[in-house]
Amino acid sequence: MNTHPGIIGIKVGTTQFFTENGEVVLCTAIHAGCTVVGKRTQEKDGYSALVLGLGESKNKHTTKALRTSFEKRGQKTPRHVQEIRATAEAVEAAELGQQLKLEDIFAVGQKVDVRSRSNGKGFAGVMKRHNFRGAKATHGAHEVYRHGGSIGMATTPGRVWPGKKMAGQEGNKIVSVLNQRVAKILPEQQLLLIEGSVPGAKNSVVRVQGAVKKNGGK
Amino acid sequence: MQSVSLLQELENSQLRSVHPSFRCGDTVRVHYRVVEGEKTRVQVFQGLVIKRHRAGARSTFTVRKVSFGQGVERIFPLHSPRIEKIEISSQGVVRRSRLYYLRDRTGKAARVRDIKDR
Repeated sequence: MNTHPGIIGIKVGTTQFFTENGEVVLCTAIHAGCTVVGKRTQEKDGYSALVLGLGESKNKHTTKALRTSFEKRGQKTPRHVQEIRATAEAVEAAELGQQLKLEDIFAVGQKVDVRSRSNGKGFAGVMKRHNFRGAKATHGAHEVYRHGGSIGMATTPGRVWPGKKMAGQEGNKIVSVLNQRVAKILPEQQLLLIEGSVPGAKNSVVRVQGAVKKNGGK
Repeated sequence: MQSVSLLQELENSQLRSVHPSFRCGDTVRVHYRVVEGEKTRVQVFQGLVIKRHRAGARSTFTVRKVSFGQGVERIFPLHSPRIEKIEISSQGVVRRSRLYYLRDRTGKAARVRDIKDR
């Protein structure tokens, strides 16, 4: 379980900047103005985590139950809510309504894991989804150019092996990219620049946490 | 859209407006800082601008020259802090914005008419 401190944010888009010695760094900007809207503690919930909220949602988009649960704590209903696992001490230290500061959580050059929903490709065929080669367009082939070919044997085993690559939904699923690098932090604009690309479309919710495989796997 | 302007703002902070304006077909001298180990020196690359990619802070331009009979093209980021200065040595008259046709030509055919000869 990744319990390294992290944030949730909105993907702004990709851009580039020049370093001091003139090198170009290609990066993705993430707008991270998330606040702590709740806590999960060991005693009460059996695990410790921070509930983070992002943005603000209109009344017509929320149920009254949800709205009042936030109003009771004197908060506006966030547009996106996500829990982020944290150590008991970190949960203890956080205050409700407090805005997470990027510069306290991340350092430039730090490795992070990025998690978000990838671009949906719809119901994709095997050539697009699994890089199959398709079939020949000539030599008597008839309307099978993009097919996957045989999917198994005959009476033995009499079934298709589990995990057989076939056509189906591609993309639009949660994807993690491990060990990306923090390129720059702009606290004033609440922007976090991450080197390279980040899965998903612009305006999609992105979760950034300390790299799990670089820091002893916790 | 708020997100668009955020990115714009970020890129605008990268802009440098110290260079003279030049066009495709112009011959320029680009003074480029080269880092070799510890030392830094300025290298001059002189040639014809065959492409300008105008994209805000991400703008680049391509300079072509023929060096010892071998065509050499170099792409410079326009707003790079490594560009010390850009000198325009002559302005050319061309009818298109991408001068890729020069790649197929050599010698006299690869010339561009100077603005003064018009």
